[in-house]
Amino acid sequence: MNHIPVVSTWGGILVVVLASVVGDILLARAMKQVGDVHALWRRAGLWTVVGRILSNSNFFLGVTAMAVAFFSLLFALSWGDVSLVAPAAASLTFIGNAFAAKIFLHEKVDRRRWSAAVLVAAGVALLAG
Amino acid sequence: MTFRKYLVLAGVTVFAAAGDSMLSHGMKQTGNISLHHLQGVILAVANPWVAIGILLLLAFFASYMNALSWADLTYVLPATSLGYVLLALVARFALHEQVSPLRWLGIALISGGVGFVAGGPALTSHAHPGDEHPESPLLAKNARNGAPAVDEVPTVSSGVES
Repeated sequence: MNHIPVVSTWGGILVVVLASVVGDILLARAMKQVGDVHALWRRAGLWTVVGRILSNSNFFLGVTAMAVAFFSLLFALSWGDVSLVAPAAASLTFIGNAFAAKIFLHEKVDRRRWSAAVLVAAGVALLAG
Repeated sequence: MTFRKYLVLAGVTVFAAAGDSMLSHGMKQTGNISLHHLQGVILAVANPWVAIGILLLLAFFASYMNALSWADLTYVLPATSLGYVLLALVARFALHEQVSPLRWLGIALISGGVGFVAGGPALTSHAHPGDEHPESPLLAKNARNGAPAVDEVPTVSSGVES
């Protein structure tokens, strides 16, 4: 929409990216705390898996952050140009997640994974644009 | 990596792509949402395409959580991006839409990125101290709490025998 200033659009994109990255990190941490669900399911049953996930506070914080990301994306999409908002939010989330996973989840983001993050972010920007 | 794990990653890809496209189709029908008309959100959810999209995204979420329980975030995320590739291929070969050269370049970049990650290990984060072992937190806890109890048993029995 033309009457919406560019700053608001990028502000919206920033909120979406921040909320997505926070959500992804929290959810990844929660699932690492729960452990391999295949192994846990086989050993202790489905309800143990569900119980462990639902009793994890990181999981709920992550879901909340994802909900914030989801609704701010809906808003941003209805304000801004879809061909800017969708690819910008998606590709910046990839880059942000690579940084955040290295810092907060201690994943070994080596050259292979950096290249992948950059390639995927560029590819998504081209495809979603 | 077992076949089952590849199946979960495929679920992540397919459900994300299908869910997103249903959602965007539905949102185009419902129109703009503004802060002044929040009831627009409820109207949007009442749209069948949006509703189906949300159901598919729930299925995506389940597969995503499953994958994150045994793989790194930076390993699983590129799999979600393969959904864009899938959508472009569906657009080209099923819907016979034009796919521009720039989009083919995008497909190539994403596929390359996914190839990079898929060639490496799925899990690297467990090597760091302070994190629970992702494969078996239960076993790790049992080892910590249960080890003394296991040790006691032979001690007592050997005491009885001697």
